[in-house]
Formats: sequence, C-alpha cells, structure tokens
Amino acid sequence: MIRVVLPFHLRNLARVDGEVELEVVAPVTIRAVIDALEARYPVLRGTIRDHDTLKRRPFVRFFACKEDLSLELPETKLPDDVVAGKEPFLIVGAIAGG
Amino acid sequence: MSGIRVLVGTKKGAFILTADGRRKDWKVSGPHFAGWEIYHLKGSAADPNRIYASQSSGWFGQIIQRSDDGGKTWNTPGSSPEELKSDGPMQKGESNKFVYEGKAGTHKWYDGSQHPWEFKRVWHLESSLTDPDTAYAGAEDAAIFKTTDGGKTWKELSGLRKAKGNLWQPGAGGMAVHTILLDPKNEKRIYVAISAGGCFRTDDGGKTWKPITRGLKSNFELPDPDAEVGHCVHRIALHPSRPDVLFMQKHWDVLRTDNAGEQWKEVSGNLPTDFGFPIDVNFNEPETIYVVPITSDSLHYPPEGKLRVYRSKTGGGEWEPLTKGLPQKDCYVNVLRDAMAVDSLDKCGIYFGTTGGQVYCSPDGGNSWSAIVRDLPAVYSVEVQTLP
Repeated sequence: MIRVVLPFHLRNLARVDGEVELEVVAPVTIRAVIDALEARYPVLRGTIRDHDTLKRRPFVRFFACKEDLSLELPETKLPDDVVAGKEPFLIVGAIAGG
Repeated sequence: MSGIRVLVGTKKGAFILTADGRRKDWKVSGPHFAGWEIYHLKGSAADPNRIYASQSSGWFGQIIQRSDDGGKTWNTPGSSPEELKSDGPMQKGESNKFVYEGKAGTHKWYDGSQHPWEFKRVWHLESSLTDPDTAYAGAEDAAIFKTTDGGKTWKELSGLRKAKGNLWQPGAGGMAVHTILLDPKNEKRIYVAISAGGCFRTDDGGKTWKPITRGLKSNFELPDPDAEVGHCVHRIALHPSRPDVLFMQKHWDVLRTDNAGEQWKEVSGNLPTDFGFPIDVNFNEPETIYVVPITSDSLHYPPEGKLRVYRSKTGGGEWEPLTKGLPQKDCYVNVLRDAMAVDSLDKCGIYFGTTGGQVYCSPDGGNSWSAIVRDLPAVYSVEVQTLP
C-alpha cells in the first residue's frame, strides 16, 4: 500500500482527511502513483499535472525519504521504503516566498 | 418579498451575501473554497439555484465548481461526493479541462514576438439565459469555452481566436476574455471583450467572430490608435431591453455604441478621469449608467483619495458624482472590472466591491451607499441575483 500525503487545498478538494492509501501495481513509479491517485480522486485531475501533457505543474513538488523527486522522470521508481509503506510520498505546494 | 443574493469572488475565497428586498440586513456566508482565488461566480437566469464558480490557484490550476442549491453546497460538475470514489465508466474529472481546439497557435508577446497560447484560468463565467446546463467561460490566455452539460466538459469556440488573435497582446494583468454578454433578443449573438484584444461579436452562436472596434482610439496604448484589434477594453455592458446599445469602459475613455458595435463614440464628458474598470446599466433606466473613475493607468486608485461612483442619466456625456456613504478622504482602493453589478428591483440596487475588501450597496440607484461588508479579501467580482 502506497501512502500519499496531499497538500491542504487538495485534501479539501478531494474531501479526504490525513493520508491517502493507494494500491499501485509494480513497478511503483511517480507516474504510477499519480495515475492511481487521479483514478481514485478524479477531481484532482489537472491539479497536480497538466491534463494534456501530464507534466507536473510548476509549483507542485514531489518529496520522498527526504529527497526532492520533482525533477526526476515520471518513470522513476520510488524508494523501497515508500513501496513498502514505511514512508509516505509527499505532494507539496511549493513555498510561495514572502 | 423579493430577496437579493450577492455573489462575491475574492482573492481568498467566495462569499455569498443575502438580504430581503429592503437590502438593509445582510447575512454573510463564506469563505467558500477558502484560500483559493475566486475570479467569478455566476447564477443562472433560468434557474437561480444553479451557480457556477471559477476557483483557481497558482499552484493547482483551474477548478470549476457548481451549486444546485443556491450556494449552500458545491461540487465539481460530474463528480458528486459519491462519484468521486467510484471507478465507473462515467466521464469524470474533466470539468477543469480547458484545451484549446486544434493547434493552439501563437499571440503577440510583451516584446512583440509570437508566444504560444497557454491556458491559465477562467476569469468570467456567463450562464445561458434559457438553459441552466449551458454556460460560457472566458479564459486567460484569451479564449471562450462553452459547456452544454452543466460544466462537466468544456469545448472552445475557437473562431474567436481566428479574429486576428495573433495580434492580441497581454497587458500587465494577462490576456483574457473577461466579459461575455449574451443578447437576450438574439440567441446567436454574443459580445466579448478582451484585454488586450478588443471587442468582438458573433452572430452565428460563436462559430465566427468579428472585431467591433470602429471609433475606439488608443493613443497611449497602441502604435496605431485606430487599430482593428489590440485595444485594452476593460468592460462592456448592455441593458436587456436594448441589446444593440453597448457601453464600454476602455483603458482610457468611456464609449457607447447604438448599433451593436458597428460604430463607437466617446461619452467620457465631464468625468474627472476616464480611466477605470467597471461599467454597468441601471435595470430600470436603460440610459442611466455607472462608472468608477480611477486616477490613471499608473495610479490605480480614486482621484484625490475620494471614492466616487459617477452616474450619467443621459447614456454618457453628462456625469454626476455619487458620494453619500462612500469614503471621501484617504481612500486608495481599486474597483476591478467584474466587481460591479445591479439588481432588478423597482428601485434598482447598485453594488460594487473593492480591492480593500468592502462591498457597497446602494438600494436607491446610487443616491446613497452603505457597506455590506468591510473586511473581505480583495474583491475580484460581484454578481447579483434578484430572487422571487
């Protein structure tokens, strides 16, 4: 089971509290997790990545196991601890500054 | 007794203000969609319980929300709470999918080069006058989209961008379709205004569009002041009884046309400044119009720190300041283009919101004003529903 942490506004949009748990078939890549997330919560389509190009939105970041995976390719496999459910995959709204 | 529902879009959420026909005791509901930018909300003329809202964020993009109970509850169209978790075949999650039709093409960029069209957000929603499931969305980068299924899916009316779209250019605030006016006497006729593209009309339901800018002069904004497209039109308005008569607040100049935009003439008259954003028409008096003069394109606040609505009872040309109840010193707010509206009661109510978070109401056609609320986030838009 993959644990996903959504930012405040996307939790509200999807009407979920706390972490989301997703079944993802191996290999567990960034793209596979987002695909599974959007399939479970269609309202999130277009909010994390572009509808058409599937590119990550510029001010959305992906973190896991203290690493920034935002610039990794979508086919990048997630760390073993995320796959094992020990660590969450974090979807984060980038710092706005100020 | 009739009721009034004021739909307020702000920088940090939506608010709904309600009162009975006396327009004195107001209830405030909100923030709805807290923390998100709400560019616009629009109620359906065919079903006042149906309201569309444009919710957006620099982080997470565009969301369309819809209420079918007058703003009490909201859903993204096609994804009710039950549907959200299902895996059925029903089309879902496309209510925020705004894709330019065909090859998106390019428009003029700030430096004069060509730049690809990129969808950013919906600035304005306009609901059909007869069908609650049909609505139009004015987008940045400038385009118009249409839904016929209550907002579940949107399709571009791409003929608009064929009206010399390659020559449109963003201003500092972006390049967007911000005004959509539906002709109540001719369902095939729609007007739109674009900053900075100009003013356009379709007579075939949105297939083809033509610029309607003859008479506009943009001496300080365009190298060719009489250009066919590229004018920074801030807002247009019409009275439903006379849809061929339009009033315009341009970047500079207030204008009118009496022939559906074929020819415009300036009616700035004795305004202290003819720069401003909103313009609207009294529901009971088609020749009575309202603007809020703003100092200049460089100083987006009222002249002399005095917030004054100006009213013309002659369709422009002769203007009078309306000040009773409005701050007459130390006021440096702006009133944005979509932040003025009127109701349709016997004594027409006029409403406007400010970037300082006030929403003012005049229940007597502008003679006197009072603040419904004073401390909202910056107000982007104000719409009014007159309820039976």
